[in-house]
Amino acid sequence: MTVKKKHILVCNGTSCQNVAHDEIFNNLKKELQNHGLEESAGLVRTACFGLCEKGPVIEIFPDKVFYVQVKPEDAKEIVEEHIIRGKPVKRLLYNEPETISGKESGEKARFKRKQIRIALRNCGVIDPENIEEYISRYGYEALGRVLDEMTPSDTIRIIKDSGLRGRGGAGFPTGLKWELARNNQNDQKYVVCNADEGDPGAFMDRSILEGDPHSVIEAMAICGYCIGAGKGLVYIRAEYPLAIERLKIAINQAKEFGFLGRNILDSDFHFDIEIRYGAGAFVCGEETALIHSMEGGRGEPTLKPPFPAQSGYLGKPTNVNNVETFANVPVIILKGAKWFSSIGTEKSKGTKVFALAGKINNVGLIEVPMGITLREVIFEIGGGIRNGKKFKAVQTGGPSGGCLTGKHLDLPIDYETLVAAGSMMGSGGMIVMDEDDCMVDFAKFFLDFTVEESCGKCTPCRIGNKRLNELLDKICKGNGAMEDIERLYNLSIVIKDTALCGLGQSSPNPVLATLNHFRNEYEAHIIDKKCPAGVCKALMTYEIVEENCVGCTACARACPVGAITGERKEVHRIDPRLCIKCGACLEKCKFNAVIVN
Amino acid sequence: MINLTIDNKKIKAEEGTTIYKAAKMAGIDIPVLCYMDLHDLNIEHKPAGCRICVVEVEGRKNLAPSCSTEVTEGMVVHTHTLRVLNARRIVMELILSDHPKECLVCPKSGNCDLQKIAIKLGIRDIPYQEISEISTYRTDFSPSIIRNMDKCIMCRRCETMCNELQTVGALSAINRGFMSVVAPAFEMDLEDSVCTYCGQCVAVCPTAALTEVDHTNRLIRDLSNPSKTVIVQTAPAVRAALGEEFGLEPGTLVTGKMVSALRNLGFKYVFDTDFAADLTIMEEGTEMLERLSKHLQGDTSVKLPILTSCCPGWVNFFESQFTDLLDIPSTAKSPQQMFGAIAKSYFASKINISRKDLIVVSIMPCLAKKYECQRDEFKVDGNPDVDYSISTRELANLIKRANIDFISLSDDDFDAPLGESSGAAVIFGTTGGVIEAAIRTAYELYTGKSLEKFDFRELRGMEGIRQATIDFDGTPIHIGIAHGLGKARELLEGIRKGESRFHAIEIMACPGGCIGGGGQPLHHGKTEILKKRMEAIYREDQSKTIRKSHENPYIIRLYEEFLGKPMSEKAHRLLHTHYVDKSKKIIYI
Repeated sequence: MTVKKKHILVCNGTSCQNVAHDEIFNNLKKELQNHGLEESAGLVRTACFGLCEKGPVIEIFPDKVFYVQVKPEDAKEIVEEHIIRGKPVKRLLYNEPETISGKESGEKARFKRKQIRIALRNCGVIDPENIEEYISRYGYEALGRVLDEMTPSDTIRIIKDSGLRGRGGAGFPTGLKWELARNNQNDQKYVVCNADEGDPGAFMDRSILEGDPHSVIEAMAICGYCIGAGKGLVYIRAEYPLAIERLKIAINQAKEFGFLGRNILDSDFHFDIEIRYGAGAFVCGEETALIHSMEGGRGEPTLKPPFPAQSGYLGKPTNVNNVETFANVPVIILKGAKWFSSIGTEKSKGTKVFALAGKINNVGLIEVPMGITLREVIFEIGGGIRNGKKFKAVQTGGPSGGCLTGKHLDLPIDYETLVAAGSMMGSGGMIVMDEDDCMVDFAKFFLDFTVEESCGKCTPCRIGNKRLNELLDKICKGNGAMEDIERLYNLSIVIKDTALCGLGQSSPNPVLATLNHFRNEYEAHIIDKKCPAGVCKALMTYEIVEENCVGCTACARACPVGAITGERKEVHRIDPRLCIKCGACLEKCKFNAVIVN
Repeated sequence: MINLTIDNKKIKAEEGTTIYKAAKMAGIDIPVLCYMDLHDLNIEHKPAGCRICVVEVEGRKNLAPSCSTEVTEGMVVHTHTLRVLNARRIVMELILSDHPKECLVCPKSGNCDLQKIAIKLGIRDIPYQEISEISTYRTDFSPSIIRNMDKCIMCRRCETMCNELQTVGALSAINRGFMSVVAPAFEMDLEDSVCTYCGQCVAVCPTAALTEVDHTNRLIRDLSNPSKTVIVQTAPAVRAALGEEFGLEPGTLVTGKMVSALRNLGFKYVFDTDFAADLTIMEEGTEMLERLSKHLQGDTSVKLPILTSCCPGWVNFFESQFTDLLDIPSTAKSPQQMFGAIAKSYFASKINISRKDLIVVSIMPCLAKKYECQRDEFKVDGNPDVDYSISTRELANLIKRANIDFISLSDDDFDAPLGESSGAAVIFGTTGGVIEAAIRTAYELYTGKSLEKFDFRELRGMEGIRQATIDFDGTPIHIGIAHGLGKARELLEGIRKGESRFHAIEIMACPGGCIGGGGQPLHHGKTEILKKRMEAIYREDQSKTIRKSHENPYIIRLYEEFLGKPMSEKAHRLLHTHYVDKSKKIIYI
């Protein structure tokens, strides 16, 4: 076997795959063949690098040079310039946005430099469909060590000491969870991997399963050994076909290599993994709902206790962990609790993966140490706000979380601080808003989501969220009264106080947070009947500025409802009673004569 | 024992007790809505969904649903703090905001759990009305049950009855969020589902989301039509429960008053389904003996056990879920249908009117009977043997509407010839009664000896499945009894596997048998009422001079004058039926 001097890693995550991945890959392959480089240069389909905004992304290893927004026709230049001549193709390098002073490129760019990749350690590095690449990165070594040298309680002790907490949202200590499941005696127990990722904009679980499925499989086996379970189940939403495909390949390979099945690595430990598909209900991320769904029932939560550790899947003790939580486990075993707990803050150890979305330059996936500030995440790693606009707020924790504002930018990100600030860690979605976002509309966006995703079991969530949403809608339409603010507040408090599961208990958070931080925007909608950000259509009026109108008739022709009248070369007018505020006139006018109030 | 404090009272409760029950034992009443405790049926429905029963537990972040939160050592609970009252009020307002405001014309008005709790919580205003959408659904009319899901509050009691108690599986929650509702799969009509019309869902529905198909207005019209002769038959379980609707103690027998009331309402003849129950025993008992004798003589082509067939909910159940066993139930029609068949032939010719001018109405504790009388098998040239069936509840409503002072009515007797019955017929109204009645007759016919005692206590009771061996003069006959379709399923699975050793099995779809039928006065969770109704039924049996069906003189005369003998060709034509494979209703996923 010849040692390859260079490797071209081509991102094959869902996002990049959708943008000409195959063409790029095939062109690169052809170019390498044309230059007779098949032996000396490797070409690998990896998974997500995280910089989805700038995809398709390619990295040249070991040079640590990464190219962004690569097109199929760039293949020739990459091979000829970089692989053959050793000169990076400058025009394809990632450049930090202008907003960042002292901008850097390539590996030095803050997008990469500020990250610590533990859960994502193999994502974008290895071919997820090749178990040998995982093994070459110390894969299954943790499992081997655990089975060979450690008792289940030793192993749980390490996880407990590491301070690892659940990455799915609530942050329950993982080691403690394992211990509870271990202490419940039963001849049959289950390890469940919760891959029912549902927060709008969050996709870290998908990326891990697409990019490094073996780390999850290995961790599940370790967990099975610790709690005394012989069976693992991955509950994954059917909307993740690529993740499912790679997971299936990985499970089969692990079986072939003896990492799953009977007498794993010649021990007397047996463990198998099966996949269960979810239909994409958000509430199925709640562990009791998830278990009911796996059992074939309706995906709705039940009261805890009993906790799954006592009575879970089919009534047996069950340990449910999130994908990202599992992905941390093998590294912790290998590098030790001390190493892991040295990263992060006092109560929140290790790293957290965040999905950056919204009005941010580097939309994508990042992994950062706990305790990093929002400012670093948004303005350095995230490359700042798009189009030079002003930062307004960031929503963390998805629909269950709340928004944080400029005054929170220097807060360290960890479980406790976020909760204290009125938001939560959640599964790691971060949606950034700028001055053009209306916070009332934004709260309504999340309520739309929870109204749709409530399982309907308990009254406060089923009807209460609907009523919250209707009140917000009333305000957005300019029909709000000041007492509606009180009603929103009181109803939110009762929903939080009485709802059955985490979904309902947290669903009013976006309302409460925006009420706390942006009450002035609510008041503007209610008192002035204005949407300061210009988002709420019902509160907008389109007008034509007489001085600017030349009477070109372009607007009148564009108006789909005939709301604009005026003779040629004369000033036009918009009839507000007919106008549907579609913005077509604004778009057509070349003379800045159409304005929005 | 666990020590806790509720509303400053020190309380001891057993481990596993819920806050709600612990409070109740201490005399503290926490309002509940979705919660339902059917103690005698071993069903405690506590989905913790409505959130009306929330209480404050010290040290806990949010309020706890008392119906399903278990007590813990040292727990301090407050059931009526300002925070709790505020939460309960808002939750109730939310429920009402998604509920039609038509209490004035609602069939459940005055008998509605939602209304009761709203009153208790002092709700005086329903906010959000100016903006609130109400979740609406297509109303589903079946022959027995109307589903008006606009009134569903998602308490899910019906689901528990349908799935856990009855194992029918017709109802489950569908949709998500605000549009969540309980419905048959894919929101199909009840009529196209596996629903058996047992009506146990209706019996527990706190609102008018599930109600019976009401035929009272149709009946009033028919009674006032001079060209029609309207006659009525009343099922045995009705007389043991009707009094409850008029404030009488559960278990009060009101047979005489009921007859009186029916006569006051204008029925030309007031008859008793019990007469037909005696007839059923003659047919079913003979069929049973025939099959039994052949079996005992070693004829392997005879299938046993024989299953009773008088319960229409049960018939619907095996027609859709046990189609491989369609040949074991008795072919005898139910008493309701035997009555109709005899009324529209034998009796009609006796009073010399055509069957289409004779309207046969039945008063039943049952909703499935409404469906049963519409079955094509029970029609002659499109004219049904029983025109329609009304429930005990509908009858009570009619009596009240007609301004009849039920309590002060004097006792009256049924008319002849279809009004005379034996004690054996009366006990058809309770679980174990049909098989006991059959044994009273079959024993004497089989052994040729007369019974010394008529009470087979080993067949009685509320156990879901009971079994007994009756000595037929040296031949042991194994009897099985199940009530509730879930229990029936257990026995049927045994038959399917070939493990059943029974010769005969009685099955009734409803808990307690007909006394617990879906058309009976609502028990509102007080299942001890069923036991009282059962005792009343056995009291009525005791009080009868004739205790065995084959000794009913009018039955003897019916065979002499009209039918010949049991299982004769004519009896077959009029009194027996066949079953239909409805398995296509089951959706396998």
